[in-house]
Amino acid sequence: MPAQPEGDPAPRDGALPASSVARAAERTLSLYVHVPFCAVRCGYCDFNTYTMEQLGDGVSRADYHADAAAEIRFARAVLDAAGAPPRALHSVFFGGGTPTLLPARELAAMLEQAAESFGLAPDAEVTVEANPDSVTAETFDVLAAAGVTRVSFGMQSAVPHVLAVLERTHTPANVPRAVGWAKERGLGTSVDLIYGTPGESPADWRASLEAAIAMAPDHVSAYSLIIEDGTKLAAQIRRGEVPEVDPDDQAEKYVLADGMLRDAGFGWYEVSNWSRAAHGRTAEQNRSAHNLAYWRNQDWWGIGPGAHSHSDGVRWWNIKHPLPYTNRVRAGESPAVGRETLDAQTRYVEHVMLGIRIREGLPVDSLRPEGRRAVAGLIADGWLDGAAAVAGRAVLTDAGRLMADAVTRRLLDW
Amino acid sequence: MSPLAVNPPAPASTDPSVIRNFCIIAHIDHGKSTLADRMLQATGVVTPRQMKAQYLDRMDIERERGITIKSQAVRMPWNVDGTDYALNMIDTPGHVDFTYEVSRSLAACEATILLVDAAQGIEAQTLANLYLAIENDLTIIPVLNKIDLPAAQPEKYAAELANLIGVEPEEVLKVSGKTGEGVAELLDRIVRDVPAPRGVKDAPSRAMIFDSVYDTYRGVVTYVRVVDGTLVPRERIQMMSTGATHEMLEIGVISPEPVPSKGLGVGEVGYLITGVKDVRQSRVGDTVTNQQKPAQESLGGYEDPKPMVFSGLFPVEGSDYPVLRDALEKLQLNDAALVYEPETSTALGFGFRCGFLGLLHLEITRDRLEREFNLDLISTAPSVSYNVTLEDRSEVKVTNPSEFPEGRILEIREPMVSATILVPSEFIGAVMELSQSKRGEMKGMDYLSEDRVELRYRLPLAEIVFDFFDQLKSRTRGYASLDWKADGEQASELVKVDILLQGEQVDAFSAITHKDKAYSYGVLMTGKLQKLIPRQQYEVPIQAAIGSRIIARENIRAIRKDVLSKCYGGDISRKRKLLEKQKEGKKRMKMVGRVEVPQEAFVAALSSDEDNGKDKKK
Repeated sequence: MPAQPEGDPAPRDGALPASSVARAAERTLSLYVHVPFCAVRCGYCDFNTYTMEQLGDGVSRADYHADAAAEIRFARAVLDAAGAPPRALHSVFFGGGTPTLLPARELAAMLEQAAESFGLAPDAEVTVEANPDSVTAETFDVLAAAGVTRVSFGMQSAVPHVLAVLERTHTPANVPRAVGWAKERGLGTSVDLIYGTPGESPADWRASLEAAIAMAPDHVSAYSLIIEDGTKLAAQIRRGEVPEVDPDDQAEKYVLADGMLRDAGFGWYEVSNWSRAAHGRTAEQNRSAHNLAYWRNQDWWGIGPGAHSHSDGVRWWNIKHPLPYTNRVRAGESPAVGRETLDAQTRYVEHVMLGIRIREGLPVDSLRPEGRRAVAGLIADGWLDGAAAVAGRAVLTDAGRLMADAVTRRLLDW
Repeated sequence: MSPLAVNPPAPASTDPSVIRNFCIIAHIDHGKSTLADRMLQATGVVTPRQMKAQYLDRMDIERERGITIKSQAVRMPWNVDGTDYALNMIDTPGHVDFTYEVSRSLAACEATILLVDAAQGIEAQTLANLYLAIENDLTIIPVLNKIDLPAAQPEKYAAELANLIGVEPEEVLKVSGKTGEGVAELLDRIVRDVPAPRGVKDAPSRAMIFDSVYDTYRGVVTYVRVVDGTLVPRERIQMMSTGATHEMLEIGVISPEPVPSKGLGVGEVGYLITGVKDVRQSRVGDTVTNQQKPAQESLGGYEDPKPMVFSGLFPVEGSDYPVLRDALEKLQLNDAALVYEPETSTALGFGFRCGFLGLLHLEITRDRLEREFNLDLISTAPSVSYNVTLEDRSEVKVTNPSEFPEGRILEIREPMVSATILVPSEFIGAVMELSQSKRGEMKGMDYLSEDRVELRYRLPLAEIVFDFFDQLKSRTRGYASLDWKADGEQASELVKVDILLQGEQVDAFSAITHKDKAYSYGVLMTGKLQKLIPRQQYEVPIQAAIGSRIIARENIRAIRKDVLSKCYGGDISRKRKLLEKQKEGKKRMKMVGRVEVPQEAFVAALSSDEDNGKDKKK
């Protein structure tokens, strides 16, 4: 698991400066609920998750929904105290971990608390991440009834030997079945894929894409495998048991994914995300509103151990382990352990870094002079769209998407 | 017999007949400093309590490397058969780079101790200095050191030494600097065998400078040997090579700390201080005389120090350039042989082109710069000085490949050396093969003993400077020793090989090589850089070229993916920090055109260590 960033200590009462809510009326507020439990830990995963049911000291998985609900109430109180106007939630996202390891009614209870504390905007997107092996048809009955609008399935791959390297335990055939159940209940569907796993051939990747497309979801996320320090996979690679990931191979696979998804009617809207028109909704409506809130630098409160939050230039993060997290929440204290207040330069860096990744790109006139000077060279290199730039926006080309970080550095003159 | 002097003779009033001036010739680790320590103790100049190991080696760097860079002179009293004598021990540098300094030290003496490790036998450099001593008509006192070592073979090496200098094996003294065994006998032998100095007491004064050291508190301390006349405090002295005059602020002897005296007379050895701040104003080999009553002729033998090896020194951090400039200025105060001038490299930025006496001098200088001034340096591949005749008959001197003339060239001459290699006879074949591959011409071969051979070659200095010594050591399992001295120049078919990154010449990697070796240099460097330079946003061709002719080529493929696909559940800080880390990484990059080259790539490509590493892996 990666360490939390270094930052300033967070106040025990979680109090936010007035500046972080001064423009709240113009900004959307989202809620992220972290569910830090998994049946087993996957070999590539460095997320904050735990496989034990009992965490000691009277803290258990069964109580988690109530403790998370307490932090939701706490969040509302802190925002109010800072002077923020009431805001109905723009989106809610249950991520993990494995949210569906909790009974669906507990997820529903947390959502109910969110609705009670904040209210949900009329078209609010509510997503639950699901493991195809830990759901039944009834799971979706409960979720749909509670107001969930969308399910994101951790498919990763359709190829058994690739799943084995990732140590994903689900049965590939369970994925289309679960997607079908969700669709039958009118829920939006997304599948997550991982490419570039050691040992994955181009044909394997094509097979996974074909399988994903055959399920006809309205959204696909495809992430290149990143070997994170401290994971089992990193150790296996270090010992030479598993080959290293090859960035050229990952580039080829990205290009293949983009082509196949385009042919299947999906369009990219963020470097790693595609959506299509389906079920009476446009491609734009099927984008993940919650993820876009991150890229557009909106406000969100992250509930749960290790979760990250943002309020107009103040970022903070919770203590990672569920045990002290629970103790703090039960004591009515903030579970946050660190925060940073971004200065103007840092906010600009994030504006460029995040904005360049989405399809709308960045307004050229939001760039500083050195960034505007860099645009012509990036067009010449084929990484920024010339026509879009003339129209006033810095937008990545297809080739540019693979070089988004290089483009960011050049726009920042780094 | 009481060895300690009863009534030590005083400086300035010592009769030359009781003066004995000698030095010690020895290979680097044959124990010269330890023996010198024992003599200081035996003569009562230092007490055991004062004894700092290897007293004469003042600088840390010397102590660590076990070599003496700067010589000094110590006056020691010693009594033989009731007469008190003054023994002046002049310390000499042991390395080939400092041959000229050695020759001046020898010229200040009447005798030398030829000190040889009883477990290793004589080495090539010792032999070279021995020849110098014989040419200077010095009395040779052969001594085997380290006879306490279990691996010592005193009989064998006594025979070798005796054979070499034409004495009986029994005349070879056997001592142990470690235990002190044989040291008193050696001192007696010095008094008995070394001739007393001769000079004219009433003639205009003449003293030879055999060393010159910068001291932070005193300024330059000049070590002299008086030949004629007397030098006294407060007189005005003149340097005969430059005509510069100075007031003598202090004169004295070292015993073992400086002791001011009423002067120095014929045959005496000591120091003088004039207040000058730069050793170049008090040059080794020069003659000191009295300004009022100057001598007509200098003592002769003075030479300007001649740099033989050139290298560019660049700070890794560009902002350290002023520190490097000040550091070189300071080092030069104490090192008349160090020359430098500013140099600008497109690849490495601002630095200095420096001239050195040899590779060791380069290494020591670099070490001192890094250690004493806390600098991080890149040094370019060492080069030699070429004389180029252009078609219009004009002459150009080239010490830096980047100065290599563009126009039509009539002839290029490179400096040559004559090299002496001592090696166990089983390695003759390996040494001959290596020397031939380094364009060497064999000049002779002699057996020093049954199993030790002296091989003589004439070789281009450039080959020695490149990797000859490393190769020699590795091919003879470390047994070979090498000595060389300059030996004129020779016209050779030389070319300049440039290395181009995406069409941009990287000046730091240009090299002048023999035309038969241009291709292998090109392949080596392009291959190295291909491995060392990370992939860029564009494809980067790396080429080696002679003029416009490409002789080798490698490609660095363009990077295809530079994007982090995930956002870690809202952990934006983490993503930003990764980006900031990439930015920091770029700070350590030097730009060559549009190509970002990590400093480490330059360092690794320029260091020959990497080659050695590769060879080992094979």
